[in-house]
Amino acid sequence: MLDNIQVLIVAPVFAVDLLLQGLFIGAIFALAAYGLALVWGVMNVKNLCQGDFVIMGGYIAFTMSWFDIHPIIALPVAFVLMFAFGWIVYLLIIKRVVDRDMFTSLLATFGLSLLIQQVLQLIFGPEVQTTDAGFDSIVLADSMIILPWARIISLILASVLALGIIVFMKYSRMGRAIRATAQDPRAARVLGVDTNLVYAFTYALNAAICGAAGVLVAMIWVIQPYYGIVHSIRAFVIVTAAGLGNLPGVIAAGFGLGIAEKYADFVFGAEFAVAAVVSMLIIVLVYRQLQLYRLRQVVR
Amino acid sequence: MFVSRKYMRAVTATLAGVAALGFATTADAKVEGDTIILGSAISLTGKYSTNGIHAQRGYDFAVDRINEMGGVKVRGKSYKFKIVYYDDESTPARGAQLAERLISQDGVQYMLGPYSSGLTKAIAPVTEKYKIPMVEAEGASRSLFTQGYKYIFAVLSTSEQYLASSIALAAEQAEAQGKKASDVTIAMAFENDPFSLDVRAGVVADAKKFGMKIIIDDKLPRDLSDMTGTLTKVKALKPDLLVVSGHSKGAATAARQLAEMRITTPMVAMTHCEAAKIIEKFGASTDGLLCPTQWAETLSYRDDMFGSAADYDKAFKAVYPDYKNVPYQTAQATAAVMVWKDAFERANTFDKEMLRDALADTDMRTFYGNIKFSEAGNNIAKPMVLRQIQNGKFNVVAPTKWASAKVEFPRKPMF
Repeated sequence: MLDNIQVLIVAPVFAVDLLLQGLFIGAIFALAAYGLALVWGVMNVKNLCQGDFVIMGGYIAFTMSWFDIHPIIALPVAFVLMFAFGWIVYLLIIKRVVDRDMFTSLLATFGLSLLIQQVLQLIFGPEVQTTDAGFDSIVLADSMIILPWARIISLILASVLALGIIVFMKYSRMGRAIRATAQDPRAARVLGVDTNLVYAFTYALNAAICGAAGVLVAMIWVIQPYYGIVHSIRAFVIVTAAGLGNLPGVIAAGFGLGIAEKYADFVFGAEFAVAAVVSMLIIVLVYRQLQLYRLRQVVR
Repeated sequence: MFVSRKYMRAVTATLAGVAALGFATTADAKVEGDTIILGSAISLTGKYSTNGIHAQRGYDFAVDRINEMGGVKVRGKSYKFKIVYYDDESTPARGAQLAERLISQDGVQYMLGPYSSGLTKAIAPVTEKYKIPMVEAEGASRSLFTQGYKYIFAVLSTSEQYLASSIALAAEQAEAQGKKASDVTIAMAFENDPFSLDVRAGVVADAKKFGMKIIIDDKLPRDLSDMTGTLTKVKALKPDLLVVSGHSKGAATAARQLAEMRITTPMVAMTHCEAAKIIEKFGASTDGLLCPTQWAETLSYRDDMFGSAADYDKAFKAVYPDYKNVPYQTAQATAAVMVWKDAFERANTFDKEMLRDALADTDMRTFYGNIKFSEAGNNIAKPMVLRQIQNGKFNVVAPTKWASAKVEFPRKPMF
């Protein structure tokens, strides 16, 4: 462990490399987390099949690669298909649990997660899959820093998508309706917002965002029917750390998690990367509790 | 209340009847007429299903060939093989349950193994309990052979041998270049699971033997999909040899990221290259990677039933034309059935204790390699072979005795 830190001190170029790697993956984490924050904040549904939506998006890109369709073209396709899928799932399942207590929605989405895993496995088999975007890498600093184009492009795509969603939420009619419903569903309903439609749209939008993130995951990592849980955990960590209704926070936390994971990977080994990140979450939560505790003292 | 009690009684009676019927057929289910029944719980669905089905086809292929060629001769009479399968759904608990069912309900007395070390580990205690001999072909973990089991026999090489040969090869190459073997530095990345840790133990032991220095020793998580951290270290510390084991996901991730990050380590060895289809997926960038295998169709092993390894390869593809390469999982499953035939004919009896002893004395040559069991039941007569990807093809490069091509060192990947 100390050796590894020493490497970073002696050759800071690797620290830069890790930082960039972290930014690249952080962008994808942020996307999936953004969708989760949306569903959680607006509908109060803790969507445990978040990661499985991501993996589904990956398999859409993988399927299209059979027909020699480039993953970048698969991205909008996955977005649209997953939007439709999300809408159907809402009508069939989520609609029935949206007003119930937390455990109902947890159980329902957990069941859905198992179902998606098994169906994906039946269709695609249990092997690890990837799609090759066929991009080269940019070599910098005497090949000490290497920026794979696939990752740069996925960072750009993720940013464009995130920006598009932020603009949509802020300026479109539906975006306003979603925000209104998040604030107070009853008041929104009184003022003529069709909350049922808002819920359906929010859930579908989340699935679509995840699907797009999945295409990027298949492009830079590997996918497998059972890999959803990893992405679910990261999304939950990010949303919990950032807090609900704090969308810029979610994006910042996404990047932060990506970078933290890369450094933890380098220093402690890949085995402890996720553990390190989750420990950080605990520290954040404890710190927040301490702050709240201080506030409580003042009130008293 | 009255109705329900009556109903209960009816159910109990029916159950008792079914149970009685079950026991009635148990008595001599192991040999029915002129058929010897073998049993196997194997992964036909779930995460191991691909390899489970490869193994099942290997079993079936052997049974068909043996039956065609006159069957198994015991006490002057010719018997046919038949295998009863159950699907263990790739879960150990289910595997153990089904082994129990095969033995105590279906009366199977002769077992074939499941797929994977994990499932074999789950089933072995059951076969031991009932003293049922099992010939297994797909459980390589060293830990299967340190428990003092007496009824398990494995035709394949154990997992600590998978990458150990790459250490010897690295030493050979260092010496050929006028360096000392002890100057070689090693980077290791192993998944934290029983199989990969066995592989790691083999590498560590051999590295120690040559006095080599391990400069990176990373464990990879079970849900690995990114190893840039480890590879950044490799870039910084420049080892002479990089060894990776993490099933298909490890091979796929390593192959992709080695190319992406332009890792130029002169020698890289990893398991599961074929399962991960790295040549098809990542093309010329995989050139020069070393991959261990239990068996290859280019090896010069042969026997009377299937001919040479190449003949086996051809015959199997004729029956299953959609196979481009015959996986070693299939070949070793076939070999396991051959071991049973050989044991039956030498023991000349159906007594399972005498069959166990006959299995322990096995010493045979097959298209899959030589088979001779140690006291613990693992095959000690067949080495692992190491293949290198050369121009998009797997060529055997070590051990020298079986090599069909010269090792390319340092590797020259085309990024």
